[in-house]
Amino acid sequence: MSTDYSCLEQIDKNPGNLIKGLQTIQAEHSYIADEAIVATANYFSMAVVEVEGVVSFYAQFKRTQPGKFQICVCDGTACHIKGSTLMLDWISTELKIADGETDADGFFSLETAACLGCCSLAPVMSVNGKVFGNLDRKATLKILKEYRKK
Amino acid sequence: MSNRIKKIKVGMASCGIAAGADELYKILEANGNGIPLEEVGCIGHCYAEPLIEVETDAGSIFYSVTDTKQATIDNIFNLGEASRFGISEIRAAKENVKITRLCGRISPTDIDEYIANGGYEALQKAQAMSSAEVIDEVKISGLRGRGGGGFPTGMKWGFMASKEADEKIIICNADEGDPGAFMDRSVMESVPHQLIEGMLIAAYATGSNKLFIYCRAEYPLAIKNLKIAIDQAYERKLNVINGKPLEIIIKEGAGAFVCGEETALIASLEGKRGMPRFRPPFPTDKGWNDFPSMINNVETFANVPVILAEGGAEYAKIGTEGSKGTKLFALAGDLENPGLIEVPMGITLAEIVFDIGGADRDSVKAVQTGGPSGGCIPVELFDTPVDYDSLKSLGAIMGSGGMIVIGQNRCMVETARYFLDFTHRESCGKCTFCRVGTKRMFETLERITAGAGEIADINFLEDMGTKVRSGSLCGLGQTAPNPVLATLCYFKDEYLSHIENRQCEALECPALVDVEIKQDKCIKCKLCIKNCPVNAVSDDFVIDNTLCTRCNSCIEVCPKDTIFRCKKGDGYYSG
Ligand SMILES: Cc1cc2nc3c(=O)[nH]c(=O)nc-3n(C[C@H](O)[C@H](O)[C@H](O)COP(=O)(O)O)c2cc1C
Ligand code: FES
Repeated sequence: MSTDYSCLEQIDKNPGNLIKGLQTIQAEHSYIADEAIVATANYFSMAVVEVEGVVSFYAQFKRTQPGKFQICVCDGTACHIKGSTLMLDWISTELKIADGETDADGFFSLETAACLGCCSLAPVMSVNGKVFGNLDRKATLKILKEYRKK
Repeated sequence: MSNRIKKIKVGMASCGIAAGADELYKILEANGNGIPLEEVGCIGHCYAEPLIEVETDAGSIFYSVTDTKQATIDNIFNLGEASRFGISEIRAAKENVKITRLCGRISPTDIDEYIANGGYEALQKAQAMSSAEVIDEVKISGLRGRGGGGFPTGMKWGFMASKEADEKIIICNADEGDPGAFMDRSVMESVPHQLIEGMLIAAYATGSNKLFIYCRAEYPLAIKNLKIAIDQAYERKLNVINGKPLEIIIKEGAGAFVCGEETALIASLEGKRGMPRFRPPFPTDKGWNDFPSMINNVETFANVPVILAEGGAEYAKIGTEGSKGTKLFALAGDLENPGLIEVPMGITLAEIVFDIGGADRDSVKAVQTGGPSGGCIPVELFDTPVDYDSLKSLGAIMGSGGMIVIGQNRCMVETARYFLDFTHRESCGKCTFCRVGTKRMFETLERITAGAGEIADINFLEDMGTKVRSGSLCGLGQTAPNPVLATLCYFKDEYLSHIENRQCEALECPALVDVEIKQDKCIKCKLCIKNCPVNAVSDDFVIDNTLCTRCNSCIEVCPKDTIFRCKKGDGYYSG
């Protein structure tokens, strides 16, 4: 069955809106599949490689399906200074996945970001966009535990 | 009781929400018996979040509400003494809150409240002047771009005004790429109308007809508040300049640091890969879709209404010879009071870090300004005044305003490695020196922090650093070596210690430290054994450092603080 990319249709066909188009697809489908790239190229009348080139340039675009809960550990300067590397290590050990991976049952995925803008609460992480601050090991593991129950 | 509560304002910028302000809001709502609640932005005292302001007949009382126990909530409604929050006198004396005067004091999405506080008066005033007069006012103010480059804003506006074209574009750079900076986020979330007002004044002064705000996607709340504010401005027809309605368009970035560079930003706005290009032509000659385009930073625009309101000459009274006005800084890292501050240009680093930030004098090693493009400044030089030129002379830069305080217990080689890790990944790849040179520098730093460095590596870093600086087209490559060159200049002994002694004095680099348990204080609770992910702790509480990954789990769980890091090979007990 082919996926429905009709969400593109709300966007003007001007190639200047390519990034917006890709963002819309990712918001709806949580990642950019190969099919999505072809659909986008057709929609904006561009070559597939041009779309692929833009997708690979920007860190925001994901090419694989993320987990139900997307954990994002901030590794901006403030969080790095405050021990984000250790935090990543704890989460990684607990969930048995590395940065950029999704666990086997598609429940959690783990990634890092360059700053979530809450540097005064460093170290911080977000789960599906909800930001948690001032984390130590205990607080971090507690958050994972609570999401596990969901 | 005579002291009636009129309204409670809850700080609900991203920082407040992350600290739990939305839960608090719901609880206050449920307990408030109809007392009006208002969502406001951030007043900058992020260390005290969640923060609320209780407005009473006798003035405002602030509370820092770190828990939601019934007693805490009751205390607030009874205007009790507990958990009251006050701005320290020393901070109040050093700060000069002008640009962020309304941040956290008004609802970001209530245009009437903004207008009631003098909002959009500057736009009216500007429109009663000629556009040349507005530009003159900005020139007289001495305002320089707050995005990092420090280019005189009035001059840029002058260039733009002189261009003739069918379309003239104004772009607000809200990409805020410095990881560890949040000035622009705070302004957009807390007073979006002030940014829009500044942009509209710019449009009037330069005769522009299309306005873009390029905002990083990591700032959903900023985007939301801006959208609401734009709609409200449309409704009031505030965007009608010289009889023509101007369009204000928000574009979301997609996570690339280099897109903060103006030519890359324009490429990204056009839907392309964000690759910088050679200048000239400058964007004011050939920008978005080849139309003249003028780019300013969020904070730059937010300064404009203030300049117009009080006049350029009055504005220029604050600051130093070459740097006028006040500057926002995002203070974070190893200090007591992280948050957003607004200070007059020319204040010293010591005043910012110690007096305002409350950092402990004995435990600070350096401060990093300008993020990955900047450099660190050691504590011995904290008497330096903060302005564009002084910081540059130290090998750092003012940057956009991120200021990270680095404690004695942080390793400077590791910090340099961190920044090069960032820049080598963010390099767009166009220039060979930036693409390959930063990668080689990063690999060299990885080697040094892993305890495998050689003396020749230091010469290599210095040599390659200078080449990357001169062999790169855009500011990313030109400034990427700064964190390395600055640490080599001020903290060479740390590099030497990693290379010659294979030691990390700060006990940060995992390859150069051991972890051990102080046997005499250990209560044998076994928490370390249970929590070690690699079974490195033996039954008799000795850590096998050949297995240990230095994840600090045992250190974090130990109830008696008997586990600690030590220099490699220095352990007394451990194997
Ligand atoms: C790699 C790089 C990243 C930049 N990132 C930003 C940014 O995030 N925000 C910003 O306002 N300016 C950034 N700049 C500076 C812009 O190129 C430009 O100078 C600025 O937006 C102009 O506005 P101003 O004169 O008001 O400062 C960056 C420059 C470089 C070279
Ligand atoms: S550095 Fe982590 S939120 Fe900014």
